[in-house]
Amino acid sequence: MSAVPILEVRHASRFYGKFKALSDVSVSFRAGELTAIIGPNGAGKSTFFNVISGGVPPSAGQVLFQGQDITGIAPHEFARLGIAKSFQITNVFKHLSAHENVRVALQMQTTRFQLLRPRSHYRELIERADALLARVGLQACRDKLAGDLAHGQQRSLEVAMALACEPKLLLMDEPTAGMSPEETLVMMELIRRLAQERTVILVEHKMKMVMGLCNRLIVLHHGELLVDGTPEEIRNNAEVKRVYLGQG
Amino acid sequence: MNKTLISFLTLARQHRVASALLFLLVFPFLMPYDALSVNILIFGLYAVGFNLLFGYTGMLSFGHAAFLGVGSYLAGIAVVHAGWPWWAAILAGVASSALVGLVIGFLAIRTRGIYFSMVTLALGQIVYYAFYKADHWTGGENGLRGVKVEFIELPGLSINFIDPLNKYYVIYVFVALALWFLSRVLSSPFGAVIEAIRENEKRAAACGYDVARAKLLVFVLSAGICGLAGTLRALHLSIVPIDSLHYLQSGQAVMMCLLGGMGTFFGPFVGAAVFLYLEDVITNLTRYWMGVVGLVFMVFVLFFPKGIWGTLLHQLERWQRRQGGAA
Repeated sequence: MSAVPILEVRHASRFYGKFKALSDVSVSFRAGELTAIIGPNGAGKSTFFNVISGGVPPSAGQVLFQGQDITGIAPHEFARLGIAKSFQITNVFKHLSAHENVRVALQMQTTRFQLLRPRSHYRELIERADALLARVGLQACRDKLAGDLAHGQQRSLEVAMALACEPKLLLMDEPTAGMSPEETLVMMELIRRLAQERTVILVEHKMKMVMGLCNRLIVLHHGELLVDGTPEEIRNNAEVKRVYLGQG
Repeated sequence: MNKTLISFLTLARQHRVASALLFLLVFPFLMPYDALSVNILIFGLYAVGFNLLFGYTGMLSFGHAAFLGVGSYLAGIAVVHAGWPWWAAILAGVASSALVGLVIGFLAIRTRGIYFSMVTLALGQIVYYAFYKADHWTGGENGLRGVKVEFIELPGLSINFIDPLNKYYVIYVFVALALWFLSRVLSSPFGAVIEAIRENEKRAAACGYDVARAKLLVFVLSAGICGLAGTLRALHLSIVPIDSLHYLQSGQAVMMCLLGGMGTFFGPFVGAAVFLYLEDVITNLTRYWMGVVGLVFMVFVLFFPKGIWGTLLHQLERWQRRQGGAA
C-alpha cells in the first residue's frame, strides 16, 4: 500500500451563509479501502460528498487526490483524474438507451470533440459498453430507454456509467436510496465486488446496511467528524449511540 | 398504420440525408410557385440550424434571428459595398454569423433555461439595433438594397440566377452540403455528447465532458448554419430587410421546429414548409394570419408536442415495437 493516501481532506469547511454545513473536517482514505460516511439527517453527509466529488468547493480547506490538490477544479476534471460518482438522485440520460448511456460515458476517454467520424465506427466502445452492462446485470435491457428501466436498474446503470472512466476512486451518494430490500441486496453485492478492485467511499443513511459491508466507518454529526473507526468500534461507541438514539 | 407510410418512414430514417435531398429535389414541382419553394428551402435550413441547438442540445434561444440577419447583411454588404463575388459573399456571411455566435454564445451559455432564452433575446436585440443604426452600411429602416447577383459564375459554366428554378437548385446545393454536414455531426461522438447534455447536464459533466465548451461549439455551429441560410436569403431576395434581425424572426424558428418536430432530422424542414405554405394560402384569404398562427401553435403544443414529423416517427417506433414484441 502506497504511503500517499488516495484521498485526503484537510480542514474542510463549507458554509451556506452563516450556516456551517461542514466544519473543519480532516480525514484521509487509503487506497483499496471501502469506507462509509454515516450520520443522522442533517449531519453534513451530502455536503461532505459534494466537497469530495466536486459538487461544491469547500469554503475553506483542501482536498487532495493522490497528493495532488484538486480543491475547486471543474466537475468534468474529476472523471478525467479517475474519480467517478453516482448521485443520490438518479442521474441517467433518460431518453437514450441503456447501452448508449454507458457508451457515451466510455467515449470520454477516446474522443470528445470528434465531429465527422460516425460513432458506429468506434467498435471497441460499443463492445466495452456491452461488457459493462453485463457486469451490472443489465445486458437484457440493452436497447431499452434508460427512463423506462425500474428504479433499481437505473441505479445499476448509473454505476456502470461511473465505472466507464475506470475510476481509481468511486464515490457513491446513498447508493441504495429508494430501493426495495431485494434491490438493496443486489446493489450491496455489486458494491462489494467493485470494492475489490478500487477504493470506494459511500455516503449512507442506513447504518445497518454499511455495518456488514465496510472496513471503516466515519460518523459525522452537526457537520463535524464525530468518530472514525471499524464497524466494531462504531457499534460500541457511546457517542454514536447517543447521537443516533437522540435523533430517533 | 399504412404499409407504404411505414416503409417510407423507415427509409427516411435509415438514409436521412439521401431521402431529404431526394424529396427536396422534386419539391419545387409540388409547390404552387418557385419563389415559395426557394423560401421554404432557405427557412428549412434556418430551422434545421436552430434545431441543432434547441432540439438536440436542449437550449432554447430566442435570438437566432441575429444569425440569420448577420449572415444576410454581411453577404449583402460584401456584394453591395465591396463588390465581392457571390461565393466570397457567402463565405463572409457564414463566417460573420459564426463569429457573432461565438460572442453571443460565450455570454449566454453561462445561464440556463429561461435565463438563457432571455439573454439570447436581449443580445439579439442589440444586434438588431446595431444594424438599424449603422444605416450608412445597412440602409437602416429601408433595408439593404441592390444585392444583385444575376449570374452564378463557375469555371466553364454560367448559371442565370434570375430564373427561379435555377435559383432553387443553386441554393439546393448549399442546403445539401449543410444537411450532410449536420448529419455527420449528429452521428459523431460529439453528437452523442450534445444529446447527453440535453438529457442531463450534471451527469454529462460527471462523465468527464466539459459542458460549457461543448455548448459553445454547438452554439457556433448552429449560428453558422443559420448564417448560411441568411446569406442565401440575401442572394435570393436581392435585398436584406431589417426584419431579418427582428425577434419575430427568432420566434419563427421556434415555431417551425415545434410544428415539424424538434430533435428530429427532417422535422424542422417539414415545419418550415407547412408554416410558409399556410402563410401563403391564408394571407390571401384573411388579414388575420397571425391569429391563425396562434391557434395552430396552441393545437400543436397541447396535442402534438412532438410535431408533425416527430409524431409520425413516434407512431413508427410504436409499430416497430409491437412487431418486435410479436416476433
